[in-house]
Amino acid sequence: MAIQKAPVDAVIVGLGWSGSIMGMELTDAGLNVLALERGADRTHEDFAYPKPADELAYGYRHKMMQKPKQSAVTIRRGLDERALPQRKLGAFLPGDGVGGAGAHWTGVLIRPTPTDLALKSFADENFEPGVLQEDMQIQDFGVSWDELEPHFTFFEKVCGQSGTTGNLNGEIQEGGDPFEGPRSEPYPLPALQDTQNTVMFDKAARQLGYHPFPNPSANVSRAWTNPYGMQLGPCNYCGFCSKYGCLNYSKASPQTCILDALKRRSNFEYRTHANVTRVELAPDGKTATGVTYVDGDGNEVFQPADIVVLASYSLNNVRLMLNSKIGKPYDPISRTGVVGRNYAYQVGGGISMYFDDIEFNPFATAGATGRMFNDFSPGNFDSAKHGFIGGAKMHSSQATGTPISMPLPKNTPKWGVGYKEALQKHYGHHMKLSMTGSVMSYRTNMLDLDPTWKDPYGMPLLRMTFDWKENEQKLSMFMRDRLREIADILKPDYRDESFQLEGSHFKVTSYVSTHNVGGAVMGTDPSTSAVNRYLQSWDVHNVFVPSGSAFPQNFQANPTDLIGALTYWCAKKIREDYLKNPGPLMSA
Amino acid sequence: MSSRIQNRQRRDFIRGSLTMIPAITLGSGVTLTAQAAEQAPALSDYSPLFFNDDEWAFILAACDRLIPSQGNGPGALEAHVPVFIDRQLDGDYGHATDWYMEGPFVAGSPDLGFQYPYTPREVYQRGIALTQRWCQQTHGASFDALDAQTRDQVLSDLEKGNIDFAAMDEEWLPAADFFSGLLQNTHEGYFADPIYGGNRHMGPWKMVGFPGARGSFRDWVDQHDVEYPLGPVSLSGERG
Ligand SMILES: Cc1cc2nc3c(=O)[nH]c(=O)nc-3n(C[C@H](O)[C@H](O)[C@H](O)COP(=O)(O)OP(=O)(O)OC[C@H]3O[C@@H](n4cnc5c(N)ncnc54)[C@H](O)[C@@H]3O)c2cc1C
Ligand code: SF4
Repeated sequence: MAIQKAPVDAVIVGLGWSGSIMGMELTDAGLNVLALERGADRTHEDFAYPKPADELAYGYRHKMMQKPKQSAVTIRRGLDERALPQRKLGAFLPGDGVGGAGAHWTGVLIRPTPTDLALKSFADENFEPGVLQEDMQIQDFGVSWDELEPHFTFFEKVCGQSGTTGNLNGEIQEGGDPFEGPRSEPYPLPALQDTQNTVMFDKAARQLGYHPFPNPSANVSRAWTNPYGMQLGPCNYCGFCSKYGCLNYSKASPQTCILDALKRRSNFEYRTHANVTRVELAPDGKTATGVTYVDGDGNEVFQPADIVVLASYSLNNVRLMLNSKIGKPYDPISRTGVVGRNYAYQVGGGISMYFDDIEFNPFATAGATGRMFNDFSPGNFDSAKHGFIGGAKMHSSQATGTPISMPLPKNTPKWGVGYKEALQKHYGHHMKLSMTGSVMSYRTNMLDLDPTWKDPYGMPLLRMTFDWKENEQKLSMFMRDRLREIADILKPDYRDESFQLEGSHFKVTSYVSTHNVGGAVMGTDPSTSAVNRYLQSWDVHNVFVPSGSAFPQNFQANPTDLIGALTYWCAKKIREDYLKNPGPLMSA
Repeated sequence: MSSRIQNRQRRDFIRGSLTMIPAITLGSGVTLTAQAAEQAPALSDYSPLFFNDDEWAFILAACDRLIPSQGNGPGALEAHVPVFIDRQLDGDYGHATDWYMEGPFVAGSPDLGFQYPYTPREVYQRGIALTQRWCQQTHGASFDALDAQTRDQVLSDLEKGNIDFAAMDEEWLPAADFFSGLLQNTHEGYFADPIYGGNRHMGPWKMVGFPGARGSFRDWVDQHDVEYPLGPVSLSGERG
């Protein structure tokens, strides 16, 4: 018999970015809110100097990340391959513990463009039939730029976003991104300091007629007090940012921006080591009654709640929906069902450049340090001519200079005397040109439950079916050619490159990004979306899923600004309409 | 091969590559004192927590070739990389504490990642035993008794998968995987903070110019293309 807890108004599964935001919003509305987090508690003491400055523990032993033992994903590249469990982490590094991946992210905080939110409409207007792959399943988000803009603005204030404004209420501003959607307010803080690589990139990009601007950053450039009264200190450029907790209260995270304020509220409670295994449904299947979790002592606990918020990261949210039978699972053969449909990711690529006589001091850097340009995001160039849709953010970023992960030219020996010589010759003399590209959604890129492998609680693992498709390979080739033009101007002593070109397949062994999106996508049509445009389950009206799982396909940048904005958007609707009148917020 | 010749070859190996190490004990119990560059706990004073004598001799002899002492900067032995590896294998990493180790185990494309039922401890135990067997069969001596050039050849054959573990009745582990794990752990031990046992006195950090755990560069980030003047500090506060 499961232990039965006293009911709460709302239970939140997962206490990362979206869980923390929801906690704030729903307690504001006067609800009694409980957050359940499967990992350990983590406070500023865990991040006190010098603890985070440990490349082995955080960069290689994944101290802050999801433990495959507790929750693995099985992966295959196509419907006819047998999926195998990802037994140790590799391509993506979801979070575990209070703060989620929000505690160890890099902190590039960037918006999508208005076009990205309505990509299907854009495609219909700009692409002749037959140009795009037949198995593509792209869709509009179902929410407009104007609806989301206030929420971007607020979340960016919560994070102390640092950068250079490019479009203020329709007026283009010098030095910022002329292609960004109109902002209602400028960036809260000025951009981070430039580094050697950003100066070089900027100059070469301008020479080619592009419009570079500083990476929008949630590593704050100045002291900042956010709307919740939380204080951040100016970034130290400590060089241990991406994959690490911040040792300086400078990186926006649930800890630094929200949780201390939230924990002071008497109507908020959180429990750690509480691994939610299922959302429980009423007999008619139309509402949730609460969630079941396994506590740190291995007890099964039932937590009754009027509202269930799934904020456990995109992949985990989809798995919980499938394991709880919320919504119809997607079937790639009949192309019916919605849960697990349209899983997407991010495609990367880049040119590594080595300059024997230039000191880059890569250890003196913030996670988000870099320059980028958006001249190749959808609508800003004619990609139809090249047979693909989507775009890429083109950048030179320098997240860290830690030595175990030091880049070396591909042709240097991996061991022996030549290896040792190469370490000395190349450390600190490297900069990178990168593309971070969009990934469309396709019939067979999807999520479902694995038929074989289970977690320690007996629940089926999530099965991911994903591979690079022709559209992204064409995009990569196009962007590669543009980056080569920049490298030609910069004239490194040595360069090599890596892109997902024709014939390449997804590899789970080396890091790609933790920008896993889709699988429970939002929309206005219940036959192609799992949640409506307010992130409410079409089928179980008191279940809300504000996360990257809502993206119908991925755009060419980092997801968290959009995840944050969607979470506030969802919360607003709950506060303004749902609480007064619980029920479906849209009719099917 | 007689044990006398083996011992001579061991001595050659030690003379040839461990001149910076004050003293070293190999599996056979032979202790040799070589030129000491600095006074500090020596590798020979270290009692492995995980490896047995034969395995420890292999690890010393392999690390010595993966990052040799030759040239500028410390080799893997001066940096105490074997200590790092031993301690890692004794801890959570060695036991694959965080990994998903439930069966069934099914072989698949290498791009789908590691799929066998062995923890890193077991990988090392099996990999070393198989390599030693192969060296005995092929060269009539254990790996650590071979000269530097032959050891390089064996390592390279492991790396390229030219040594066929499957033909030696190993069901799961390919030679190349054993090698890549060893190489990865060697790189880690060379550059991870000294609290983990390797990167002794931050020699490798000094060699490349990495300032370690300083974690504060606000006054340096705008000094473009200028060499950073300060040495490293470690998590325990050691300064270099
Ligand atoms: C190395 C790295 C760098 C990144 N850099 C960037 C970047 O620069 N810019 C950007 O936009 N994004 C970046 N990201 C991605 C970013 O971290 C995520 O988009 C963001 O954290 C997602 O927020 P979330 O609330 O959905 O999930 P999370 O913040 O991960 O929170 C989910 C929480 O739910 C918990 N949980 C999961 N399952 C359960 C369960 N069953 N029961 C209870 N609790 C559960 C988890 O333990 C976790 O704490 C990066 C990620 C990584 C790993
Ligand atoms: S680089 Fe800045 S924001 Fe990132 S961890 Fe270091 S001090 Fe914090």
